[in-house]
Amino acid sequence: MSVFAFYLFAISVIAGGLFTVISRNPVHSVLWLILAFLSAAGLFVMLNAEFVAMLLIIVYVGAVAVLFLFVVMMLDVDFAELKAEMARYMPLGLLIGLIVLMQFVMAFGAWDANAAAEGLRTQVVSDQVQNTAALGLILYDEYFLLFQLSGLILLVAMIGAIVLTLRHRGDVKRQDVVAQMMRDPAKAMKLNDVKPGQGL
Amino acid sequence: MISADLNVILPEIVLSLFAILALLGAVYTSKDKTGTVLVWATAAVMILLAIWIGMTGTGETRIAFNGLFIEDGFARFAKVTILLSAAAVLIMSNDYMRARGLLRFEYPVLIALSVVGMMMMVSAGDLMSLYMGLELQSLALYVVASLRRDSIKSTEAGLKYFVLGALSSGMLLYGTSLVYGYAGTTQFAGVMSVAQSGHTSLGLLFGIVFLMAGLAFKVSAVPFHMWTPDVYEGAPTPVTAFFATAPKVAAMALFARVLHDAFGNAVADWSQIVAVLSVLSMFLGAIAAIGQTNIKRLMAYSSIAHMGYALIGLAAGTQLGVKAMLVYMAIYVTMNIGTFAFILSMEKDGQPVTDISALNMYSKRAPGKALAMLVLLFSLAGVPPMLGFFAKFGVWQAGVDAGLIWLVAASAVASAIGAYYYLRIVFLMYFGEEGDDRLDGGKNGLLTGFLIASAVIMVVGIANMFGVEEAAIRAAATLVN
Repeated sequence: MSVFAFYLFAISVIAGGLFTVISRNPVHSVLWLILAFLSAAGLFVMLNAEFVAMLLIIVYVGAVAVLFLFVVMMLDVDFAELKAEMARYMPLGLLIGLIVLMQFVMAFGAWDANAAAEGLRTQVVSDQVQNTAALGLILYDEYFLLFQLSGLILLVAMIGAIVLTLRHRGDVKRQDVVAQMMRDPAKAMKLNDVKPGQGL
Repeated sequence: MISADLNVILPEIVLSLFAILALLGAVYTSKDKTGTVLVWATAAVMILLAIWIGMTGTGETRIAFNGLFIEDGFARFAKVTILLSAAAVLIMSNDYMRARGLLRFEYPVLIALSVVGMMMMVSAGDLMSLYMGLELQSLALYVVASLRRDSIKSTEAGLKYFVLGALSSGMLLYGTSLVYGYAGTTQFAGVMSVAQSGHTSLGLLFGIVFLMAGLAFKVSAVPFHMWTPDVYEGAPTPVTAFFATAPKVAAMALFARVLHDAFGNAVADWSQIVAVLSVLSMFLGAIAAIGQTNIKRLMAYSSIAHMGYALIGLAAGTQLGVKAMLVYMAIYVTMNIGTFAFILSMEKDGQPVTDISALNMYSKRAPGKALAMLVLLFSLAGVPPMLGFFAKFGVWQAGVDAGLIWLVAASAVASAIGAYYYLRIVFLMYFGEEGDDRLDGGKNGLLTGFLIASAVIMVVGIANMFGVEEAAIRAAATLVN
């Protein structure tokens, strides 16, 4: 049963990835991508990594993919033209891909990793600890420093986005609450005594 | 335990807290009017931290956060250099940025945060903290590169730097994952013991190569240098000055840290790669700079060439080599601060000028500054009586000591070629053709002060290098043993 589930998820990840690249309509690409994410989440569940699986669904499918969908639909990009551009660089891309593939073959063919590395692969999650708790322990205890640093990195990203895009326009009328509060009725309006038949 | 760990990273905490508080304060008060105050305050905090780190160093190596962070003599040396050069560049940039409406309060905050990243980089004891430090540094630099939003060149510089930087981070991460896969640990000490227990496996070697490609990008060594001239030219000049100083020291120190702490047992494997990076950088830097007409582009190629010389020290793979590299970087940064102080003061009618031809007969108008610049250019070229020569001499010594005679010979040829373009500027300043005044004499006392101080150091420093050499020897001893 679990072998069947594995092949089902594995094949749909590959199919999803493939159709993300080759489908003509970019919106369909994003939908295929979502299929790939969901299937990958299934694979994670089979590895007893349910927390990562849920993260994948909530963050990647729920937020990132939907964001992609919006970007793809909002941006007026002629994808057919982009793909024609891409065809020109196809030989170079294939060459680089081939070299990288050969590197992979060489690196994995000569697999003589350290014993500690082998141990890590066989025992992904300990049976005693729930994996949400295990992740929490690692993230907030062992790697506390890295956690804080990623906070700083996000802060820099936020400052950067504001620095590069915020423009103070002079011609926008803004509400000034203090000025509104301090308005003096005596100055705010003027009472004119209009004589009949005369006007102002 | 956690308090002991926090105690080790106290300087980093202080600087980050300062940056955050400065940001808060500036946002709540009068916005960009606080820029000048913040620049000076940030510089002051950095100088104080440098003094603190320099003075409290007990010489012992302290490891915090389960090996994620290493505080040793090597890290302290690099941190003091980084903090002082960043403070100097901040002070120099104040007037330039304010005059051009670029002095937004985020500028000093971003610089401070990127310095925090650099301090993490040089203290990294783990592939993960290496990456985090690197990203914190780079992300802040991408933003300051495109600080001048209304200029196409500045935006292009930022975008180019960002895209290529992301690519290099990708390569670095790919190498990291290979190293982790084969060594079973991300800690440098663990990787070291794996490499020690047997021959270096092919997979680990792949990991080293990709890691080095990513790091070479950050020090802009050929063939990963393409971004440097465009980014140096496009970014606002004070930002260029910053790029040419502190981040270079941090990246170089990180390079040495990774190679010696994690792969110290595989010197033969990486030494040849570093040597090739080095020789390519020296020659490309020397030859491509000849045709440049823009002094910022010229300084970009100059920095590529100088990174090549500093890499000789790393290629040696010895304690002497690391020491020579540290001394080289300290001297290079000092020269660059002076040179950029001069470039910042180049202006005509209040507009910055970066054309080399504008320096025509400059000695007539400002003989003092021209003389200081002459000293700095001679030093950059490595002409014997100046400190720049002793920097080169140090790496040559290390190279010969490690048996890399061919590399030293090649670098001597490259430095002879490279001398041409530095001396061309000197020639232009002293024996150019008579013409109209192309530059106002910059009247900024602060910049002139930095220029002259840097030039004086280049001459007086040959006596004892102000103790930098002894400090570098101690620093190198903690890294290589």
